[in-house]
Amino acid sequence: MALDKTALRRVALLARIRVEEGELEALAGELSQILAWVEELNEVETEGVAPMASPAVSRLPLREDKVTDGDCREAMLLNAPKTTRGFFVVPKVVE
Amino acid sequence: MIEGRTGSFEIVIGLEVHAQVISRAKLFSGAATRFGAEPNTEVSPIDAAFPGMLPVLNKFCVEQAVKTGLALEAEINLESVFERKNYFYPDLPPGYQISQYQNPIVGGGRIILDMPDGSSRAIRITRLHLEQDAGKSLHDQDPRLTFVDLNRAGVALMEIVSEPDLRSAEEVGIYLRKLRAILRALGTSNGNMEEGSMRCDANVSVRRPGAALGTRTEIKNVNSIRFLMQAVDYEARRQIEVVEDGGRVLQETRLFDSARGTTRPMRSKEEAHDYRYFPDPDLVPLVLDREWVEELKRSLPELPDAKKARFVKNYGLSSSDAAFLAGDGASAAYFEATAQGREAKTAANWVMVELLGALNRKGLGIAGSPVSAESLGRLIDLVSEGTISGRIAKEVFAEMIETGADPGSIVKEKGLFQVSDAGVIEEAVDAVLRRETDKVAQYRSGREKLFGYFVGQVMRATEGRANPALVNELLRKKLAG
Repeated sequence: MALDKTALRRVALLARIRVEEGELEALAGELSQILAWVEELNEVETEGVAPMASPAVSRLPLREDKVTDGDCREAMLLNAPKTTRGFFVVPKVVE
Repeated sequence: MIEGRTGSFEIVIGLEVHAQVISRAKLFSGAATRFGAEPNTEVSPIDAAFPGMLPVLNKFCVEQAVKTGLALEAEINLESVFERKNYFYPDLPPGYQISQYQNPIVGGGRIILDMPDGSSRAIRITRLHLEQDAGKSLHDQDPRLTFVDLNRAGVALMEIVSEPDLRSAEEVGIYLRKLRAILRALGTSNGNMEEGSMRCDANVSVRRPGAALGTRTEIKNVNSIRFLMQAVDYEARRQIEVVEDGGRVLQETRLFDSARGTTRPMRSKEEAHDYRYFPDPDLVPLVLDREWVEELKRSLPELPDAKKARFVKNYGLSSSDAAFLAGDGASAAYFEATAQGREAKTAANWVMVELLGALNRKGLGIAGSPVSAESLGRLIDLVSEGTISGRIAKEVFAEMIETGADPGSIVKEKGLFQVSDAGVIEEAVDAVLRRETDKVAQYRSGREKLFGYFVGQVMRATEGRANPALVNELLRKKLAG
C-alpha cells in the first residue's frame, strides 16, 4: 500500500504533527516503504486464527477500589506552561 | 405520531446514555472520584498522562458494569477488549480515551417501559461498555483562555446504547427515569443529570409510518430529562417541516438551546472525526469468570420491575400506581412503611397524592419530608378508627407538613375529634332544617339534588367534625319526614 501526499497530509493532521509541504513527498515515500515491509506479514496464513489483541499471555491485572493516588496538585501542575488557581491554562479552544 | 401539514409522521429515537460509575477510585488509577473537589486535587500521574504511566483496571468498576448489564437482562461478554479512541482536546491529556469498541463488556439487553395507561413496552439495549470520562474545560473564566480541571478525567463511565425503539418524547422521559431507577436501585450510578453524572445524547429521525428509517441528527449536551424531551420534540417537528418543504435532513450534530427551546447545528469540524480505534497495548483483554458473574447475579437487589410486580400482587395496587411507587426507591420504601398493617390502597393514595403533592409544592424530596411514614400511618389510623373524618384528616395533614407535629396531638389540641354522638348531630340537623324551610320544601317536592347542600350545612355547623355517615342517615330520615 502506497501513501500519496494527500493521505500523508491527513495522517499528519490527525496526529497533530506539523509537516512542511516540501517534506511531504519524501516522507510519503519512506512511510510507503515501511508499510510495504509490514505487509510481508500478509503472506502468513491466518485463516481461522483469532485476532491477537496483545502478545502478552498474562491475565489482565486488576486493582482494588481504593484511593491510593492523587492529591498531588503541585506536582501535577509543575511542568504546565501556564496555570491559574490550580487549573491548567491553555489558549481558548472554543469561540 | 406527529401530524404534519401533509399527514402523519413517526418519530424514531435511540439514546446513548453516559452514566458515571459509583466507585471510590477511578477506572484505571487510584485517584479519588469525589464530586466538587478543588480543581486538580484528584489527579494521578496516570490521569494527567505522564510518560510511562500504566493503567490498571479497577475491579469494582467492572463489577458495577456487570451488575448493570445483568439488571438490563443483557448478555455479559466474558471476554472484552479495551481500545484507544484517538482525538485531541485539552481535557484529554493522553490524546486518547480508553473505551470499548468491538468487544464491549455487555451486549444486548432490554428495559421495560411502564406506560401511563398501565401497559408495558420493551426497548432493546444494544450494548453497555466501560470507558473513561474526560476532564472539564472551563471556557467562561477568561476571554482568551480555557481552564482545565482533570478531576473528572479517568472516572469510570458506562455508556448505555439503546436501539432506535423509542417513538416519542414521552417515551424518552419514561426510558430515562426507568434507567435511572435501575441504576439507583443497584447503586451503580446516582444518575444525576443536573450534576452531570448522567448525560444523554439522542439520535432523532422521522419517517412516514411503515417507511424506511430517515436520516438522523444527534442532539448533544442536554442536562435534564425535561430538556431532552423538549429537544426531541422540537427536533422532530423541525425535521418534519424540512421534509414537507421538499428539503433533505442533514446528518449532523445539533446542540439544544434551553433558553430558546430549540436545537441548532454544532459548528462543523474542518476534519470529520476519525477516531482510529485500536486495542490498547497497555491492557490485555479482560476475561471474566462465569462463576463470578453468576454470583453477582444472585446478589442483585430487588429491581423496579420486580418491586412493581410485588406491589400489584401483595398490596393489590393498580399497575400504574405500582410502577409509579416502585420507580423511586425512597417513595417505595416510604409507601411500604406506611402500608405496614394498614389498607394498602389508602396508604398508596396518601403517599402519591397528598404527600408527594405537598412535597413537590415545597420543592422537597421524600428524604426531606417533614412527615415521617410512621406519622402518616398514625393519621391514616385516626381516620380508620373513626376518630376524625377524611376531610379533617386533610386539614391535619396540611398542619403536619408545615410543623412536622404528630397527628394525634394536632387533633387533641384543636379539638378535631369526629362527633359520632347521634344526639349532638341530630341537634345540628334540626337546626339546619328549621332555618332552611324553603329549601326543605323544595327538596320534598322533588329537588333531591339539595341533599348535598343540607349535608354541607350540617358539616359547617359542626366545623367539619360530624361523622358523615351519621349525618347522611339522620338527614334522610328527617327529610323523609
